[in-house]
Amino acid sequence: MNKPTALSIGIQRGGLEIRQFMRQRESVVFTMLFPLILLAIFGSVFSNQIAEGVTFSQYFVAGMIASGLVNTGFQQLAIMIPMERDFGTLKRLRGTPMPASSYFIGKSILVTLSMLVQVFLLLAAGVAFFGVNLPTTADKWLILLALLVIGSACSTILGIAFSNVPKSGRGASAVVSPVVIVLQFFSGVFFIFTDLPQWMQQVAAIFPLKWMTQGARSVFLPDSFAAQEVAGSWETGRTFAIIGAWLVVGLIWAIRSFKWERQ
Amino acid sequence: MSTVISVAGLKKSYGANQAVNGVDLQISQGEIFALLGPNGAGKTTTVEILEGFRDRDSGEVKVLGFDPATKGSAAQAWRDRIGIVLQSTEDAGDLTVYESVSHFAKYYKSPKDPREVIDLVGLSEKVDALGRTLSGGQRRRLDVALGIIGSPELIFLDEPTTGFDPEARRAFWALIRNLRDEGATVLLTTHYLDEAEALADRVAVINHGKIIEVSTPELLGGRATSLATVSWREDGVTKSEKSENPTALVSQLAARFNGDVPELSVKRASLEDIYLEMIGGVNE
Repeated sequence: MNKPTALSIGIQRGGLEIRQFMRQRESVVFTMLFPLILLAIFGSVFSNQIAEGVTFSQYFVAGMIASGLVNTGFQQLAIMIPMERDFGTLKRLRGTPMPASSYFIGKSILVTLSMLVQVFLLLAAGVAFFGVNLPTTADKWLILLALLVIGSACSTILGIAFSNVPKSGRGASAVVSPVVIVLQFFSGVFFIFTDLPQWMQQVAAIFPLKWMTQGARSVFLPDSFAAQEVAGSWETGRTFAIIGAWLVVGLIWAIRSFKWERQ
Repeated sequence: MSTVISVAGLKKSYGANQAVNGVDLQISQGEIFALLGPNGAGKTTTVEILEGFRDRDSGEVKVLGFDPATKGSAAQAWRDRIGIVLQSTEDAGDLTVYESVSHFAKYYKSPKDPREVIDLVGLSEKVDALGRTLSGGQRRRLDVALGIIGSPELIFLDEPTTGFDPEARRAFWALIRNLRDEGATVLLTTHYLDEAEALADRVAVINHGKIIEVSTPELLGGRATSLATVSWREDGVTKSEKSENPTALVSQLAARFNGDVPELSVKRASLEDIYLEMIGGVNE
Protein backbone atom coordinates (compact mmCIF):
# COMPACT_ATOMS: atom_id res chain seq x y z
CA MET A 1 0.00 0.00 0.00
CA ASN A 2 1.30 3.44 -0.86
CA LYS A 3 1.78 5.88 1.92
CA PRO A 4 -0.66 8.77 1.66
CA THR A 5 0.73 12.24 1.07
CA ALA A 6 0.91 15.06 3.59
CA LEU A 7 -1.83 16.84 1.66
CA SER A 8 -4.25 13.91 1.55
CA ILE A 9 -3.76 13.23 5.28
CA GLY A 10 -4.17 16.97 5.90
CA ILE A 11 -7.50 16.97 4.07
CA GLN A 12 -8.61 13.97 6.12
CA ARG A 13 -7.59 15.83 9.25
CA GLY A 14 -9.58 18.84 8.08
CA GLY A 15 -12.70 16.68 7.87
CA LEU A 16 -12.01 15.35 11.34
CA GLU A 17 -11.42 18.84 12.75
CA ILE A 18 -14.73 20.06 11.35
CA ARG A 19 -16.56 17.03 12.73
CA GLN A 20 -15.09 17.62 16.19
CA PHE A 21 -15.87 21.33 15.99
CA MET A 22 -19.50 20.67 15.12
CA ARG A 23 -19.82 18.30 18.07
CA GLN A 24 -18.74 20.99 20.54
CA ARG A 25 -21.85 23.08 20.77
CA GLU A 26 -20.28 25.76 22.97
CA SER A 27 -17.58 26.47 20.41
CA VAL A 28 -20.09 26.58 17.56
CA VAL A 29 -22.20 29.07 19.48
CA PHE A 30 -19.24 31.13 20.66
CA THR A 31 -17.50 31.35 17.31
CA MET A 32 -20.50 31.63 15.02
CA LEU A 33 -23.31 33.31 16.92
CA PHE A 34 -21.47 35.79 19.11
CA PRO A 35 -20.53 38.10 16.21
CA LEU A 36 -24.15 38.06 15.08
CA ILE A 37 -25.31 38.99 18.56
CA LEU A 38 -22.83 41.89 18.56
CA LEU A 39 -24.07 42.96 15.16
CA ALA A 40 -27.66 42.89 16.41
CA ILE A 41 -26.78 44.98 19.47
CA PHE A 42 -24.59 47.58 17.75
CA GLY A 43 -26.85 47.72 14.70
CA SER A 44 -29.86 48.48 16.91
CA VAL A 45 -28.17 50.93 19.28
CA PHE A 46 -26.38 53.03 16.67
CA SER A 47 -28.79 53.44 13.80
CA ASN A 48 -27.41 56.84 12.79
CA GLN A 49 -25.70 57.80 9.54
CA ILE A 50 -22.00 58.53 10.03
CA ALA A 51 -21.55 60.06 6.59
CA GLU A 52 -23.54 60.64 3.43
CA GLY A 53 -25.12 57.24 2.64
CA VAL A 54 -23.11 55.33 5.27
CA THR A 55 -24.90 53.89 8.29
CA PHE A 56 -23.03 52.82 11.39
CA SER A 57 -24.21 49.26 10.66
CA GLN A 58 -22.40 49.37 7.33
CA TYR A 59 -19.24 50.56 9.05
CA PHE A 60 -19.66 47.98 11.79
CA VAL A 61 -20.23 45.02 9.42
CA ALA A 62 -16.93 45.82 7.71
CA GLY A 63 -15.22 45.77 11.12
CA MET A 64 -16.96 42.55 12.15
CA ILE A 65 -15.87 40.79 8.97
CA ALA A 66 -12.29 41.76 9.72
CA SER A 67 -12.83 40.56 13.32
CA GLY A 68 -14.18 37.32 11.88
CA LEU A 69 -10.81 36.70 10.30
CA VAL A 70 -9.19 37.15 13.71
CA ASN A 71 -11.80 35.13 15.62
CA THR A 72 -11.83 32.09 13.37
CA GLY A 73 -8.05 31.99 12.86
CA PHE A 74 -6.02 33.61 15.59
CA GLN A 75 -8.44 33.32 18.50
CA GLN A 76 -9.76 29.87 17.67
CA LEU A 77 -6.33 28.27 17.15
CA ALA A 78 -4.50 30.09 19.95
CA ILE A 79 -7.10 28.66 22.37
CA MET A 80 -7.59 25.24 20.77
CA ILE A 81 -3.95 24.25 20.23
CA PRO A 82 -2.85 24.75 23.89
CA MET A 83 -5.80 22.56 24.92
CA GLU A 84 -4.73 19.87 22.48
CA ARG A 85 -1.22 20.19 23.84
CA ASP A 86 -2.55 19.60 27.37
CA PHE A 87 -4.71 16.67 26.28
CA GLY A 88 -1.71 14.91 24.73
CA THR A 89 -3.19 15.10 21.23
CA LEU A 90 -0.11 16.78 19.81
CA LYS A 91 2.36 14.48 21.49
CA ARG A 92 0.48 11.43 20.28
CA LEU A 93 0.43 12.75 16.71
CA ARG A 94 4.15 13.48 16.95
CA GLY A 95 4.70 9.81 17.73
CA THR A 96 3.03 8.69 14.49
CA PRO A 97 4.35 8.96 10.94
CA MET A 98 1.82 11.73 10.24
CA PRO A 99 3.68 14.60 8.51
CA ALA A 100 3.63 17.71 10.72
CA SER A 101 2.29 19.76 7.81
CA SER A 102 -0.87 17.60 7.73
CA TYR A 103 -1.82 18.86 11.18
CA PHE A 104 -1.56 22.48 10.03
CA ILE A 105 -3.38 21.75 6.77
CA GLY A 106 -6.22 20.28 8.85
CA LYS A 107 -6.34 23.38 11.05
CA SER A 108 -6.33 25.66 7.99
CA ILE A 109 -9.29 23.79 6.54
CA LEU A 110 -11.19 24.24 9.81
CA VAL A 111 -10.34 27.95 9.90
CA THR A 112 -11.27 28.50 6.25
CA LEU A 113 -14.63 26.84 6.62
CA SER A 114 -15.54 28.61 9.86
CA MET A 115 -14.35 31.92 8.39
CA LEU A 116 -16.51 31.50 5.29
CA VAL A 117 -19.55 30.56 7.35
CA GLN A 118 -19.01 33.52 9.65
CA VAL A 119 -18.56 36.03 6.82
CA PHE A 120 -21.62 34.65 5.08
CA LEU A 121 -23.73 34.89 8.25
CA LEU A 122 -22.59 38.46 8.93
CA LEU A 123 -23.33 39.57 5.38
CA ALA A 124 -26.67 37.78 5.31
CA ALA A 125 -27.77 39.26 8.64
CA GLY A 126 -26.41 42.69 7.67
CA VAL A 127 -28.29 42.74 4.39
CA ALA A 128 -31.47 41.25 5.80
CA PHE A 129 -31.81 43.34 8.98
CA PHE A 130 -29.53 46.37 8.88
CA GLY A 131 -29.68 47.61 5.30
CA VAL A 132 -26.05 46.77 4.55
CA ASN A 133 -25.10 47.25 0.89
CA LEU A 134 -22.99 44.61 -0.82
CA PRO A 135 -20.18 45.67 -3.15
CA THR A 136 -21.38 46.27 -6.70
CA THR A 137 -18.19 46.15 -8.74
CA ALA A 138 -15.99 43.20 -9.65
CA ASP A 139 -12.80 44.78 -8.34
CA LYS A 140 -14.40 45.36 -4.92
CA TRP A 141 -15.34 41.68 -4.77
CA LEU A 142 -11.80 40.81 -5.83
CA ILE A 143 -10.35 42.92 -3.01
CA LEU A 144 -12.74 41.21 -0.59
CA LEU A 145 -11.61 37.79 -1.83
CA ALA A 146 -7.93 38.74 -1.49
CA LEU A 147 -8.58 40.15 1.96
CA LEU A 148 -10.30 36.95 3.09
CA VAL A 149 -7.54 34.73 1.69
CA ILE A 150 -4.51 36.70 2.87
CA GLY A 151 -6.14 37.94 6.07
CA SER A 152 -7.27 34.47 7.08
CA ALA A 153 -3.86 32.97 6.28
CA CYS A 154 -2.19 35.67 8.38
CA SER A 155 -4.63 35.11 11.24
CA THR A 156 -4.17 31.32 11.09
CA ILE A 157 -0.38 31.50 11.17
CA LEU A 158 -0.43 34.02 14.03
CA GLY A 159 -2.83 31.77 15.96
CA ILE A 160 -0.46 28.83 15.57
CA ALA A 161 2.50 30.98 16.63
CA PHE A 162 0.63 32.51 19.59
CA SER A 163 -0.47 29.04 20.77
CA ASN A 164 2.88 28.81 22.57
CA VAL A 165 2.15 31.84 24.71
CA PRO A 166 -0.58 30.50 27.06
CA LYS A 167 0.96 28.28 29.75
CA SER A 168 -1.96 25.87 29.73
CA GLY A 169 -5.04 24.97 27.76
CA ARG A 170 -7.27 26.02 30.62
CA GLY A 171 -5.76 29.49 30.77
CA ALA A 172 -5.56 29.98 27.01
CA SER A 173 -8.84 31.76 26.57
CA ALA A 174 -8.02 34.17 29.41
CA VAL A 175 -4.77 35.09 27.65
CA VAL A 176 -6.03 35.21 24.07
CA SER A 177 -9.48 36.79 24.34
CA PRO A 178 -8.34 40.07 25.97
CA VAL A 179 -5.71 40.50 23.26
CA VAL A 180 -8.41 40.18 20.61
CA ILE A 181 -10.93 42.40 22.37
CA VAL A 182 -8.42 45.18 23.04
CA LEU A 183 -7.27 45.05 19.42
CA GLN A 184 -10.89 45.25 18.29
CA PHE A 185 -11.41 48.43 20.32
CA PHE A 186 -8.14 49.95 19.10
CA SER A 187 -8.67 48.99 15.48
CA GLY A 188 -12.00 50.71 14.92
CA VAL A 189 -14.29 47.71 15.03
CA PHE A 190 -16.64 49.04 17.70
CA PHE A 191 -16.01 52.76 17.16
CA ILE A 192 -15.21 54.88 14.19
CA PHE A 193 -11.46 54.58 13.86
CA THR A 194 -10.80 58.28 13.22
CA ASP A 195 -12.76 59.17 16.38
CA LEU A 196 -10.24 57.28 18.53
CA PRO A 197 -7.38 59.09 20.29
CA GLN A 198 -4.25 59.52 18.18
CA TRP A 199 -2.09 57.24 20.29
CA MET A 200 -4.67 54.44 20.01
CA GLN A 201 -4.72 54.79 16.26
CA GLN A 202 -0.94 54.64 16.16
CA VAL A 203 -0.78 51.52 18.33
CA ALA A 204 -3.48 49.86 16.24
CA ALA A 205 -1.59 50.63 13.02
CA ILE A 206 1.18 48.27 14.13
CA PHE A 207 -1.18 45.28 14.19
CA PRO A 208 -2.95 43.60 11.28
CA LEU A 209 -6.54 43.95 12.53
CA LYS A 210 -6.60 47.70 11.88
CA TRP A 211 -5.57 47.05 8.29
CA MET A 212 -8.08 44.25 7.89
CA THR A 213 -10.90 46.54 9.04
CA GLN A 214 -9.70 49.31 6.75
CA GLY A 215 -9.50 46.83 3.87
CA ALA A 216 -13.02 45.64 4.62
CA ARG A 217 -14.26 49.26 4.71
CA SER A 218 -12.72 49.85 1.30
CA VAL A 219 -14.97 47.06 0.05
CA PHE A 220 -18.22 47.87 1.86
CA LEU A 221 -18.18 51.65 2.11
CA PRO A 222 -18.58 54.03 -0.84
CA ASP A 223 -15.33 55.42 -2.25
CA SER A 224 -16.40 58.88 -1.14
CA PHE A 225 -15.79 57.72 2.44
CA ALA A 226 -12.09 57.13 1.72
CA ALA A 227 -11.52 60.84 2.26
CA GLN A 228 -12.48 60.34 5.92
CA GLU A 229 -9.80 57.69 6.56
CA VAL A 230 -6.61 58.68 8.35
CA ALA A 231 -4.59 58.96 5.15
CA GLY A 232 -7.49 60.33 3.15
CA SER A 233 -7.44 57.19 1.00
CA TRP A 234 -8.05 53.44 1.36
CA GLU A 235 -4.31 52.65 1.24
CA THR A 236 -5.05 49.29 -0.37
CA GLY A 237 -1.41 48.55 -1.25
CA ARG A 238 -0.17 49.33 2.23
CA THR A 239 -3.02 47.29 3.75
CA PHE A 240 -1.95 44.14 1.94
CA ALA A 241 1.75 44.83 2.49
CA ILE A 242 1.28 45.04 6.27
CA ILE A 243 -0.98 42.00 6.50
CA GLY A 244 1.52 40.12 4.30
CA ALA A 245 4.41 41.22 6.53
CA TRP A 246 2.59 39.88 9.59
CA LEU A 247 2.02 36.63 7.73
CA VAL A 248 5.79 36.28 7.25
CA VAL A 249 6.53 37.24 10.85
CA GLY A 250 3.95 34.71 12.04
CA LEU A 251 5.43 31.99 9.87
CA ILE A 252 8.94 32.48 11.23
CA TRP A 253 7.62 32.78 14.78
CA ALA A 254 5.50 29.62 14.43
CA ILE A 255 8.29 27.54 12.89
CA ARG A 256 10.76 28.57 15.59
CA SER A 257 8.52 28.22 18.59
CA PHE A 258 5.95 25.49 17.91
CA LYS A 259 5.94 22.80 20.61
CA TRP A 260 4.24 19.43 20.38
CA GLU A 261 4.37 18.91 24.11
CA ARG A 262 3.45 20.88 27.16
CA GLN A 263 6.67 22.08 28.75
CA MET B 1 17.65 -12.70 17.40
CA SER B 2 18.46 -9.25 16.14
CA THR B 3 18.86 -6.32 18.47
CA VAL B 4 15.93 -3.90 18.33
CA ILE B 5 17.07 -1.38 20.93
CA SER B 6 20.66 -0.76 21.85
CA VAL B 7 21.69 1.95 24.26
CA ALA B 8 25.21 2.67 25.48
CA GLY B 9 26.32 5.34 27.94
CA LEU B 10 23.12 7.34 27.62
CA LYS B 11 23.14 10.60 29.55
CA LYS B 12 20.65 13.40 29.91
CA SER B 13 20.46 16.19 32.44
CA TYR B 14 17.99 18.97 33.13
CA GLY B 15 20.03 21.77 34.59
CA ALA B 16 21.76 20.37 37.65
CA ASN B 17 19.55 17.29 37.70
CA GLN B 18 21.29 14.33 36.05
CA ALA B 19 18.12 12.46 35.06
CA VAL B 20 19.84 9.71 33.10
CA ASN B 21 23.42 8.98 34.08
CA GLY B 22 24.97 6.32 31.86
CA VAL B 23 22.28 3.83 30.87
CA ASP B 24 23.18 0.71 28.84
CA LEU B 25 20.47 -1.55 27.41
CA GLN B 26 20.14 -4.26 24.77
CA ILE B 27 16.67 -5.43 23.82
CA SER B 28 16.19 -8.22 21.29
CA GLN B 29 13.49 -8.74 18.74
CA GLY B 30 10.43 -10.54 20.11
CA GLU B 31 11.12 -9.68 23.74
CA ILE B 32 8.75 -8.12 26.23
CA PHE B 33 11.10 -5.98 28.24
CA ALA B 34 9.94 -4.14 31.36
CA LEU B 35 11.67 -1.06 32.69
CA LEU B 36 10.96 -0.60 36.40
CA GLY B 37 11.90 2.25 38.66
CA PRO B 38 10.48 4.82 41.07
CA ASN B 39 9.24 8.19 39.84
CA GLY B 40 12.15 10.46 39.03
CA ALA B 41 14.52 7.52 38.47
CA GLY B 42 15.08 8.40 34.83
CA LYS B 43 12.61 5.89 33.42
CA THR B 44 10.44 8.32 31.48
CA THR B 45 13.40 10.34 30.19
CA THR B 46 15.08 7.16 28.93
CA VAL B 47 11.95 5.95 27.19
CA GLU B 48 11.21 9.37 25.69
CA ILE B 49 14.72 9.51 24.23
CA LEU B 50 14.13 6.08 22.66
CA GLU B 51 10.77 7.31 21.30
CA GLY B 52 12.43 10.33 19.71
CA PHE B 53 10.54 12.85 21.87
CA ARG B 54 13.63 14.07 23.68
CA ASP B 55 17.22 14.71 22.68
CA ARG B 56 20.08 13.16 24.65
CA ASP B 57 23.22 14.85 25.93
CA SER B 58 25.54 11.94 25.08
CA GLY B 59 25.64 8.22 24.44
CA GLU B 60 24.79 5.87 21.59
CA VAL B 61 21.17 5.01 20.86
CA LYS B 62 19.82 2.81 18.09
CA VAL B 63 16.16 1.87 17.83
CA LEU B 64 15.37 -0.48 14.93
CA GLY B 65 18.81 0.47 13.61
CA PHE B 66 17.90 4.16 13.61
CA ASP B 67 19.00 7.07 15.74
CA PRO B 68 15.74 8.43 17.21
CA ALA B 69 17.23 11.93 17.44
CA THR B 70 17.18 12.16 13.62
CA LYS B 71 14.56 14.50 12.21
CA GLY B 72 12.88 14.75 8.84
CA SER B 73 11.43 12.21 6.42
CA ALA B 74 13.76 9.41 7.56
CA ALA B 75 12.24 9.81 11.01
CA GLN B 76 8.78 9.53 9.48
CA ALA B 77 9.67 6.17 7.87
CA TRP B 78 11.01 5.04 11.24
CA ARG B 79 7.83 6.12 13.04
CA ASP B 80 5.90 3.95 10.62
CA ARG B 81 7.55 0.93 12.29
CA ILE B 82 6.95 1.84 15.93
CA GLY B 83 3.84 2.23 18.06
CA ILE B 84 3.70 4.43 21.13
CA VAL B 85 1.13 4.20 23.89
CA LEU B 86 1.66 7.28 26.04
CA GLN B 87 0.49 7.78 29.58
CA SER B 88 -3.17 8.64 29.85
CA THR B 89 -4.45 11.16 27.33
CA GLU B 90 -7.84 12.80 26.96
CA ASP B 91 -7.77 13.81 23.33
CA ALA B 92 -10.31 13.18 20.57
CA GLY B 93 -13.20 13.24 23.03
CA ASP B 94 -15.53 14.33 20.25
CA LEU B 95 -14.69 11.47 17.92
CA THR B 96 -16.02 7.94 18.09
CA VAL B 97 -13.72 5.01 18.74
CA TYR B 98 -14.05 3.94 15.12
CA GLU B 99 -13.38 7.43 13.76
CA SER B 100 -10.19 7.76 15.79
CA VAL B 101 -8.83 4.29 15.03
CA SER B 102 -9.68 4.34 11.31
CA HIS B 103 -8.21 7.83 10.98
CA PHE B 104 -4.92 6.83 12.61
CA ALA B 105 -4.79 3.82 10.27
CA LYS B 106 -4.36 6.29 7.41
CA TYR B 107 -1.02 7.47 8.76
CA TYR B 108 0.66 4.09 8.20
CA LYS B 109 1.93 2.14 5.21
CA SER B 110 0.48 -1.19 6.29
CA PRO B 111 -2.11 -0.66 8.99
CA LYS B 112 -4.15 -3.38 10.62
CA ASP B 113 -7.88 -3.46 10.01
CA PRO B 114 -9.51 -0.89 12.36
CA ARG B 115 -12.43 -3.19 13.21
CA GLU B 116 -10.08 -6.03 14.07
CA VAL B 117 -7.96 -3.81 16.30
CA ILE B 118 -11.06 -2.50 18.07
CA ASP B 119 -12.17 -6.11 18.66
CA LEU B 120 -8.68 -7.04 19.78
CA VAL B 121 -8.62 -4.41 22.55
CA GLY B 122 -12.16 -5.33 23.57
CA LEU B 123 -13.97 -2.17 22.49
CA SER B 124 -16.33 -3.79 19.95
CA GLU B 125 -19.34 -2.66 21.95
CA LYS B 126 -18.05 0.91 22.12
CA VAL B 127 -17.15 1.25 18.47
CA ASP B 128 -19.56 4.16 17.94
CA ALA B 129 -19.17 5.75 21.37
CA LEU B 130 -17.55 9.18 21.64
CA GLY B 131 -14.13 9.22 23.30
CA ARG B 132 -15.35 11.39 26.16
CA THR B 133 -18.04 8.88 27.15
CA LEU B 134 -15.52 6.06 27.71
CA SER B 135 -14.50 4.90 31.19
CA GLY B 136 -10.84 5.20 32.24
CA GLY B 137 -10.06 1.61 31.31
CA GLN B 138 -11.89 1.83 27.98
CA ARG B 139 -10.07 5.06 27.23
CA ARG B 140 -6.78 3.27 27.88
CA ARG B 141 -7.75 0.47 25.51
CA LEU B 142 -8.43 3.06 22.83
CA ASP B 143 -4.92 4.44 23.46
CA VAL B 144 -3.56 0.93 22.94
CA ALA B 145 -5.61 0.49 19.76
CA LEU B 146 -4.16 3.73 18.38
CA GLY B 147 -0.67 2.54 19.33
CA ILE B 148 -0.89 -0.80 17.51
CA ILE B 149 -3.01 0.14 14.47
CA GLY B 150 0.11 0.63 12.31
CA SER B 151 1.37 -2.98 12.76
CA PRO B 152 4.44 -1.78 14.69
CA GLU B 153 7.61 -3.87 14.97
CA LEU B 154 8.31 -2.19 18.28
CA ILE B 155 5.70 -1.06 20.80
CA PHE B 156 6.30 1.32 23.69
CA LEU B 157 3.77 0.89 26.49
CA ASP B 158 3.77 3.45 29.28
CA GLU B 159 1.70 2.33 32.28
CA PRO B 160 -0.71 0.58 29.93
CA THR B 161 -3.19 -0.95 32.39
CA THR B 162 -3.85 1.95 34.74
CA GLY B 163 -7.58 1.95 35.47
CA PHE B 164 -8.18 -1.63 34.26
CA ASP B 165 -10.21 -4.10 36.28
CA PRO B 166 -8.45 -7.47 36.91
CA GLU B 167 -10.27 -9.21 34.08
CA ALA B 168 -9.43 -6.48 31.58
CA ARG B 169 -5.79 -6.58 32.68
CA ARG B 170 -5.57 -10.30 31.99
CA ALA B 171 -7.19 -9.84 28.60
CA PHE B 172 -4.74 -7.04 27.91
CA TRP B 173 -1.75 -9.18 28.88
CA ALA B 174 -2.96 -11.87 26.49
CA LEU B 175 -3.17 -9.23 23.76
CA ILE B 176 0.42 -8.10 24.37
CA ARG B 177 1.73 -11.68 24.41
CA ASN B 178 -0.11 -12.21 21.16
CA LEU B 179 1.61 -9.21 19.56
CA ARG B 180 4.94 -10.52 20.81
CA ASP B 181 4.20 -13.96 19.34
CA GLU B 182 3.59 -12.25 16.01
CA GLY B 183 7.14 -10.94 16.21
CA ALA B 184 6.73 -7.51 17.82
CA THR B 185 9.10 -6.28 20.51
CA VAL B 186 7.56 -4.57 23.52
CA LEU B 187 9.14 -2.07 25.89
CA LEU B 188 6.92 -1.73 28.91
CA THR B 189 7.14 0.68 31.80
CA THR B 190 4.88 -0.08 34.68
CA HIS B 191 4.36 0.48 38.38
CA TYR B 192 2.62 -2.87 38.72
CA LEU B 193 5.20 -5.48 39.63
CA ASP B 194 2.75 -8.31 39.06
CA GLU B 195 2.30 -7.00 35.53
CA ALA B 196 6.05 -7.07 34.92
CA GLU B 197 6.19 -10.56 36.37
CA ALA B 198 3.30 -11.83 34.27
CA LEU B 199 4.40 -10.26 31.00
CA ALA B 200 8.09 -9.54 30.86
CA ASP B 201 10.74 -11.87 29.51
CA ARG B 202 13.31 -9.59 31.12
CA VAL B 203 13.13 -6.67 33.51
CA ALA B 204 15.55 -3.82 34.18
CA VAL B 205 15.50 -1.79 37.37
CA ILE B 206 16.55 1.84 37.01
CA ASN B 207 17.25 4.22 39.88
CA HIS B 208 19.10 7.54 40.13
CA GLY B 209 19.54 7.52 36.36
CA LYS B 210 21.34 4.17 36.23
CA ILE B 211 20.35 0.60 35.48
CA ILE B 212 20.89 -1.39 38.68
CA GLU B 213 20.19 -4.80 37.24
CA VAL B 214 18.81 -6.55 34.17
CA SER B 215 17.44 -10.03 34.65
CA THR B 216 14.43 -12.27 34.22
CA PRO B 217 11.63 -11.61 36.75
CA GLU B 218 12.44 -14.98 38.42
CA LEU B 219 16.14 -14.24 38.96
CA LEU B 220 16.09 -10.51 39.66
CA GLY B 221 17.98 -9.47 42.78
CA GLY B 222 18.88 -13.07 43.68
CA ARG B 223 15.22 -13.79 44.13
CA ALA B 224 15.47 -17.51 43.29
CA THR B 225 18.03 -18.07 46.02
CA SER B 226 16.54 -15.71 48.58
CA LEU B 227 15.30 -17.14 51.86
CA ALA B 228 11.85 -18.64 51.78
CA THR B 229 9.31 -17.86 54.46
CA VAL B 230 7.49 -20.89 55.88
CA SER B 231 4.47 -20.10 58.02
CA TRP B 232 1.96 -22.24 59.86
CA ARG B 233 -0.49 -22.11 62.75
CA GLU B 234 0.48 -23.49 66.12
CA ASP B 235 -1.01 -22.96 69.62
CA GLY B 236 -3.56 -20.52 68.20
CA VAL B 237 -0.97 -18.15 66.67
CA THR B 238 0.60 -17.84 63.21
CA LYS B 239 4.27 -18.65 63.30
CA SER B 240 6.78 -18.06 60.53
CA GLU B 241 10.39 -18.83 59.92
CA LYS B 242 12.84 -17.84 57.18
CA SER B 243 14.75 -20.74 55.79
CA GLU B 244 17.42 -21.55 53.25
CA ASN B 245 16.02 -25.02 52.98
CA PRO B 246 12.23 -24.83 53.29
CA THR B 247 11.75 -28.47 52.21
CA ALA B 248 13.59 -29.73 55.29
CA LEU B 249 11.65 -27.36 57.54
CA VAL B 250 8.34 -28.54 56.10
CA SER B 251 9.32 -32.21 56.66
CA GLN B 252 10.19 -31.43 60.26
CA LEU B 253 6.86 -29.69 60.73
CA ALA B 254 5.01 -32.57 59.12
CA ALA B 255 6.73 -34.97 61.47
CA ARG B 256 5.97 -32.76 64.49
CA PHE B 257 2.28 -32.38 63.61
CA ASN B 258 2.19 -36.02 62.58
CA GLY B 259 0.70 -35.26 59.15
CA ASP B 260 -1.23 -32.14 58.28
CA VAL B 261 0.44 -28.81 59.20
CA PRO B 262 -2.34 -26.24 59.87
CA GLU B 263 -2.38 -23.27 57.44
CA LEU B 264 1.00 -24.20 55.96
CA SER B 265 2.46 -21.86 53.35
CA VAL B 266 5.90 -21.48 51.76
CA LYS B 267 6.63 -18.12 50.15
CA ARG B 268 9.57 -16.85 48.19
CA ALA B 269 10.18 -13.11 48.06
CA SER B 270 7.80 -11.51 45.56
CA LEU B 271 9.16 -9.42 42.73
CA GLU B 272 7.82 -6.44 44.63
CA ASP B 273 9.79 -7.33 47.78
CA ILE B 274 12.98 -7.69 45.77
CA TYR B 275 12.29 -4.50 43.83
CA LEU B 276 11.61 -2.43 46.94
CA GLU B 277 14.79 -3.75 48.49
CA MET B 278 16.77 -2.85 45.37
CA ILE B 279 15.57 0.73 45.18
CA GLY B 280 16.13 1.24 48.88
CA GLY B 281 12.63 0.57 50.12
CA VAL B 282 11.42 3.95 48.95
CA ASN B 283 8.80 3.94 46.26
CA GLU B 284 7.61 7.52 46.05
